[in-house]
Amino acid sequence: MAGELSETITLAQAETDLTHEGEGGDAATEADHGAATEQGAATDHGTEAAGHEDAALHEGTEAGGHAAPAVFPPFNPATFGSQILWLALTFGVLYLLMSRFALPRIGEILEVRRDRVEGDLAEADRLRQKTDQAIEAYEQDLADARAKAHGIAESTRDEIRKDLDGQRAKVEADLSKKMAAAEARIQETKTSAMSHVDEIASDTATSLVSQLLGTVPAKSVNSAVSAVIKETQNGN
Amino acid sequence: MADNANPIEPIHQFEISNFFTFGTIGGDGTEGSGVEIAFTNSALFMVLTVLVIAGFLILSTRGRGLVPGRMQLLAEMCYEFIANMVRTSAGTEGMRFFPFVFSLFMFILIANLFGMFPYFFTVTSHLIVAVMLALMVFITVVVYGFMRNGFGFFKLFVPSGIPWYVMWLVVPIEFISFLSRPLSHSLRLFGNILAGHIVLKVFGGMVVALLAAGAWAPLAILPFGMAVALTGLEFLVAALQAFVFAVLTCVYLNDAIHPGH
Repeated sequence: MAGELSETITLAQAETDLTHEGEGGDAATEADHGAATEQGAATDHGTEAAGHEDAALHEGTEAGGHAAPAVFPPFNPATFGSQILWLALTFGVLYLLMSRFALPRIGEILEVRRDRVEGDLAEADRLRQKTDQAIEAYEQDLADARAKAHGIAESTRDEIRKDLDGQRAKVEADLSKKMAAAEARIQETKTSAMSHVDEIASDTATSLVSQLLGTVPAKSVNSAVSAVIKETQNGN
Repeated sequence: MADNANPIEPIHQFEISNFFTFGTIGGDGTEGSGVEIAFTNSALFMVLTVLVIAGFLILSTRGRGLVPGRMQLLAEMCYEFIANMVRTSAGTEGMRFFPFVFSLFMFILIANLFGMFPYFFTVTSHLIVAVMLALMVFITVVVYGFMRNGFGFFKLFVPSGIPWYVMWLVVPIEFISFLSRPLSHSLRLFGNILAGHIVLKVFGGMVVALLAAGAWAPLAILPFGMAVALTGLEFLVAALQAFVFAVLTCVYLNDAIHPGH
């Protein structure tokens, strides 16, 4: 009975949807001609058609109260208004929150981090360049020092050599002077020795001749000796 | 009717229920006319989605750590992922739309992931939500395209380097494909999420039905395994569709910025 009743109501409502609300009464009148049980149903329907609010309450959703109950909910235009309104509100709020607060903040975080990383890298690069410069300067200094040391050694060596050469020259000059003096003395001695040779030769010849021939004038001996010496000197 | 519907019926999960109704705008006062405004379960999950996204991104970056923590790293990854996507697809100039694309991506992603919880409502499984998101992109593209390029935006429909005699064929095709973008853009998201949830529910329902069927109960392991596998797949789809939506948004924005092909 109850099932039959609701079925009748549904049918009558379908009819109401097709026609207009005012004509619902006609449907009820038509139903009045039916059997006694159906008449009861029609009366129920009559009250329902008159007070549509009851039907809405009864069916839980107002949308179901008017549109055919079988309408597929995602296509039910009765709900579109609310959905559009709430979508606009919520999406608008979301867009505002995102564009004003959330995204700038995340963007800032990322930028700060990127800047920091870049800054650190630049600092590291700067420090490395500084290190390179220091190493270069050190090597330059080292090379300079080495060159300087070499120069000093060279000049010292030159000085020593010059000194040595000077001294050697002095010593050699001294030596040669001494040698010359010695040679002169030898020459002198020789010359003086040679000048005595005449005398010795005359004496020797005088004594020889006196031994052999007796006494001879010294004058003739001397001239003979000097003649021989002269001859010898000319001969060689 | 919704309340006493079959609990394993797969469509029930998409039902929108009002928590409280504010009233009706317009209409002639009769039931169903005008636009009804209510705080619904869908609205609740939209609000939750926004709260989760904003809460996560703002709280996780509160420390502004030079060395990020886990949560901050996750937030930064989301940021850089979308930023790179926008930069590569739409160029540096496209970065002005970065907050827009980011909001779209996060909104769809979190809404999809919310849908993976049992008994939670999936915002993106409703056509109108996907359509509105796609229209938002479409309108942005058209408005910005004309603002930036003036009538030069029409170059979008005229591919360069093709002979003049095929123009009459190519230009209408380009134009129609441009107009159909919001359709494919939205239906791809909506269809994927809707179908995934229905299939998941169908297999879940089969488990329940088989368990209740006495001797057949052991067979319930089959749809159960299927449901487990599909859950994994649906997580992939949830992330993938958010990604696809964002990538296509970038591609369309690129057209607005550089209309010449």
